[in-house]
Amino acid sequence: MIHKYKLSGYNIVLDVNSGSVHVVDDLAYDMLDFLDKNVKEMPDETLIDHLRQKYSLTEINETHCELYELYKNGELFSKDFYAPLAKNIGVSPIKAMCLNISHDCNLRCEYCFASKGDFGTGRELMSLDVAKKAIDFLIKHSSSRKNLEVDFFGGEPFMNFEVVKETVKYARSLQDKFDKNFRFTITTNGLLLTDDKIDFINKEMDNVVLSLDGRKEINDRLRLTTNGKGCYDIIVPNYQKLIKDRGEKDYYVRGTFTKYNLDFTNDVLHMNSLGFDQISIEPVVSEERLDYSIKEDDIDTVFKEYEKLALELIEQRKKGNNFNFFHFMLDLNQGPCAIKRLKGCGCGNEYISITPNGDIFPCHQFVGKSDWKMGNVNAGNFNNDIKDYFAKANIYSKEDCKDCWAKFYCSGGCNANNLQYAGNVLKSHKLACELEKKRLECAIMIKASRKKH
Amino acid sequence: MKHIRTLNKSVLKESLKNGGCGECQTSCQSACKTSCTVANQKCENRSK
Repeated sequence: MIHKYKLSGYNIVLDVNSGSVHVVDDLAYDMLDFLDKNVKEMPDETLIDHLRQKYSLTEINETHCELYELYKNGELFSKDFYAPLAKNIGVSPIKAMCLNISHDCNLRCEYCFASKGDFGTGRELMSLDVAKKAIDFLIKHSSSRKNLEVDFFGGEPFMNFEVVKETVKYARSLQDKFDKNFRFTITTNGLLLTDDKIDFINKEMDNVVLSLDGRKEINDRLRLTTNGKGCYDIIVPNYQKLIKDRGEKDYYVRGTFTKYNLDFTNDVLHMNSLGFDQISIEPVVSEERLDYSIKEDDIDTVFKEYEKLALELIEQRKKGNNFNFFHFMLDLNQGPCAIKRLKGCGCGNEYISITPNGDIFPCHQFVGKSDWKMGNVNAGNFNNDIKDYFAKANIYSKEDCKDCWAKFYCSGGCNANNLQYAGNVLKSHKLACELEKKRLECAIMIKASRKKH
Repeated sequence: MKHIRTLNKSVLKESLKNGGCGECQTSCQSACKTSCTVANQKCENRSK
């Protein structure tokens, strides 16, 4: 299978099963319409007759020869080696945990999937006892995995700072005994960032996600404090101080774009102008009836905006401004291995989420969906049937994914979104798919731009 | 090649030889809280 498309003056061909990407001229691009998975050594008459109207016979033979060479090398119309592997994918050790340390928040963001902080389960903070049991659970179920990840999430994690600190200390105290390496991340809205918290983040957190939607008027329209005011003026200086002190460690300033800012390139550039060079902004995921939701009618507008952002990124890099946009990151020379791409995010299989009362869910977006509760760390029970179900959810068990050109890049998308908007974990959330494919096309085009054809 | 510029080699097939260790970062631990993307994650073992 190949996927070919034109974007910003480039003719791009992705060979799906090998991962090879080719930038081709118009003749090669046109010729691919006449080729399939059985490329012959010599071009056939039909192909020549059609292309002779635009190109010379010498050029046609030359180009066919080049395409045939790629085919022979397994870089064009390459075979699918992966379907049999997908059938053998089994349950994995649990290696990552989202610790919902706080089901409470000091913001009331309109679009929050966590029901403005409490996940619809009532405002509650996790006790240190539950947090320790969660760490014990992770170690116990991690088998031989060495790298274990814990993400402090909410709600606003810094509403429960003492427990965050003590949990890190507790996990670190067990590393040598169990031969584990804990990596911590935290997601914060920035309101409570004081010097001591910034120092803690920069010392203990391998990654930090800082929520900001972009321009002040955009951020303050939907990200409101409990008294209904915007938070931009409070959080931006906090983030700037944190980043200044952070050195080379990872961080992302992460926003959500909605119907209200489909011109989100301006928000990305604004965040960059504030001194942030690791930026992510994602489309809101919400029901269509809501004013701010992104609907199918908006897709063309969003597509054009992603193209605009990609071109802006290229222009900025020419000027030496190498800021990074998370969803355009793509390592064509390595990236995740094929097995990882088959399995996807690991939700419910190698990744779980723990609520303040110790309930276990497949991931942070499943929290509160009682049908998907997997157990409780206090009670010590765990439902392996749900784990088995998610272990089998891969790009070949998802009907919409197995023949999709983007399957090795999105890895089947978000299971929670599939359930919420397509009614089934194994069905695709169409809107999310379309946006993901567009981001991929833009990301590959950026790679193609590095060296002109 | 005159008509084709290849940006990379068969990265996926190649990774079957030495991938699958399971030690890589889980995607939800990065910046994709709602738009999960696996392809931009790093593999630490194979880059050593």
